[in-house]
Amino acid sequence: MVQVIATLGDDVSTDVIYPGRYMATVLPSETPQYAFADDAELSRRLKAQEIKPGSVIVAGENFGCGSSREQACSCLKGYELTIIAMGFARIFLQNAVNLGLNVVTAPDLDASVGDELEITTTSVVNKTTGQSFGVVPLPKARQAIIDAGGLIAYTRKRVLEAAGKA
Amino acid sequence: MGMSVVEKILARATGRDTLRAGEVVEPAVDLAMSHENAALVINQWSEVYKGTGLEARLWDPSKIAIVFDHRVPAESSKTASNQKKVREFVAKHGITRFHDIRGDEGGICHQILPENGYVRPGTVVVGTDSHTTSHGALNAFAFGIGATEMASVWALGRALNVEVPRTIKVVVDGRFPKGVGPKDLILHLVGLLTAQGANFRVIEFHGGTIRAMSTSGRLVLCNMSVEAGATSGVVPGDEETVRYLRRVAGVRELFLLVKPDKDAVYEREIRIDASSLAPQVACPHTVDNVKAVECVLGTRVHQIVIGSCTNGRLDDIEAAARILRGRKLAKGTRMLVFPASSRIFQEALEKGYVLDLMRAGAVVMNSGCGPCLGIHEGALGDGEVALSTTNRNFKGRMGNPNAEVYLCSPEVAAASALTGVISDPRKVA
Repeated sequence: MVQVIATLGDDVSTDVIYPGRYMATVLPSETPQYAFADDAELSRRLKAQEIKPGSVIVAGENFGCGSSREQACSCLKGYELTIIAMGFARIFLQNAVNLGLNVVTAPDLDASVGDELEITTTSVVNKTTGQSFGVVPLPKARQAIIDAGGLIAYTRKRVLEAAGKA
Repeated sequence: MGMSVVEKILARATGRDTLRAGEVVEPAVDLAMSHENAALVINQWSEVYKGTGLEARLWDPSKIAIVFDHRVPAESSKTASNQKKVREFVAKHGITRFHDIRGDEGGICHQILPENGYVRPGTVVVGTDSHTTSHGALNAFAFGIGATEMASVWALGRALNVEVPRTIKVVVDGRFPKGVGPKDLILHLVGLLTAQGANFRVIEFHGGTIRAMSTSGRLVLCNMSVEAGATSGVVPGDEETVRYLRRVAGVRELFLLVKPDKDAVYEREIRIDASSLAPQVACPHTVDNVKAVECVLGTRVHQIVIGSCTNGRLDDIEAAARILRGRKLAKGTRMLVFPASSRIFQEALEKGYVLDLMRAGAVVMNSGCGPCLGIHEGALGDGEVALSTTNRNFKGRMGNPNAEVYLCSPEVAAASALTGVISDPRKVA
């Protein structure tokens, strides 16, 4: 079971997730320190290591809208967070799949900070309220990337195939 | 059943006769663009080959374009070191479509690509920048991707797992009233669709207003299509596409225009009468929070910005210069102007626009993204308000979460620079 650590609204932009002024920092190992940098409380809790891996941020529609900056995914991945949203913006969703950030689309989810959730491939069960919510599966083509362990591993496999080595 | 413009482009790029929205394809990429984030692409691309025993190889250096624009000249040693790493990579791998920090051929990637003829009708263009949607103005299918996905393109020459998007047809007819133009049209459309209304869709622009519009205006429409969540915006190829590519971009090679089939399938159709539009303003802190200028008249502004991949072209600078010529900025309001490319900067110099703007009190900066995304220069102070011709107004966008950004056309920006409050350009003689 995992716990909800924050609930956010609709249209959370990549400028909010990873402010542009930190974009000169690119390496996934270095980006987590700037996750939600303008949200003093959330940023403090993340950096204080108070949050367990797998913890959940719940958001509304269109999470990750705006810039294509991949730091917005790698900074969250660094804390092993799970993002459950009613919907994701296209580039963010693709980046999340590519980098292996755990994202779940649950259009009807109702959850508050502190709630305990159980996440499966077909549903999110809010153990605190007893309610169960359906999950929209990822397109099969994207699942192949996740199964390979991310886009770098998937591309490596394709490169090796092309070279006749796999 | 017929195909839309993007379905046709993707059919060609995958060697198919027909293609339908919803299918998953791996189109061959014709142009792969990155800016400073090429530093991350290089890192991820090198990772792909680790442990394979293979030598890392770019699929086709001639199809890669790299343009420095986000932080030019470098604001920190970290940026400078990233740019140096990219410069060395470009030299080593023979990437010729590289635009460094220069006063002759530098500028914003989404202006550099069109004006140098890199974007051709019917092609697939990917870029590690969300505003890559811009290039649909030249009848290409152009969309933004992340750096790791670009690393995959550099290795394989294909975009993987592209779901053929459904298309929304937007038909615009009528003449723009005085003081109203493409920026007002796209802000109106984003307000209508909302920030997610076109998620995973393409917006295809049609109608008499679009046919009469220059490529500069079409770039504005396709550029900001992403603010409604669209994968891309696209304009069917026509005489204006040919004129721009031949006369402005200097393209000599043959190219084929892509038009939709008469019986193409659209998810929905939206009709807009351009003659009924008023100047529009997107209010803090979302781009779809759009109001007619009348609703926000008198809002105090501290910084005016004209520039960006949305509105930093010659016609934008001309519109501002025409309003400011022989006048002065309001006291307490500063104005920053960023020509979208060095070529545009030079043309603005030759035509006297730069002098008009400077004499009015504006600061004309070197070509680049400037303060649009708050990473380099022109940051806002606590409680300050910017009125900007750029494309995003999310909280913190211009470098300060305790500031506000309103988005508008160059005409609204220039008229407001004279008064220090949001003003209606139709009321300025």
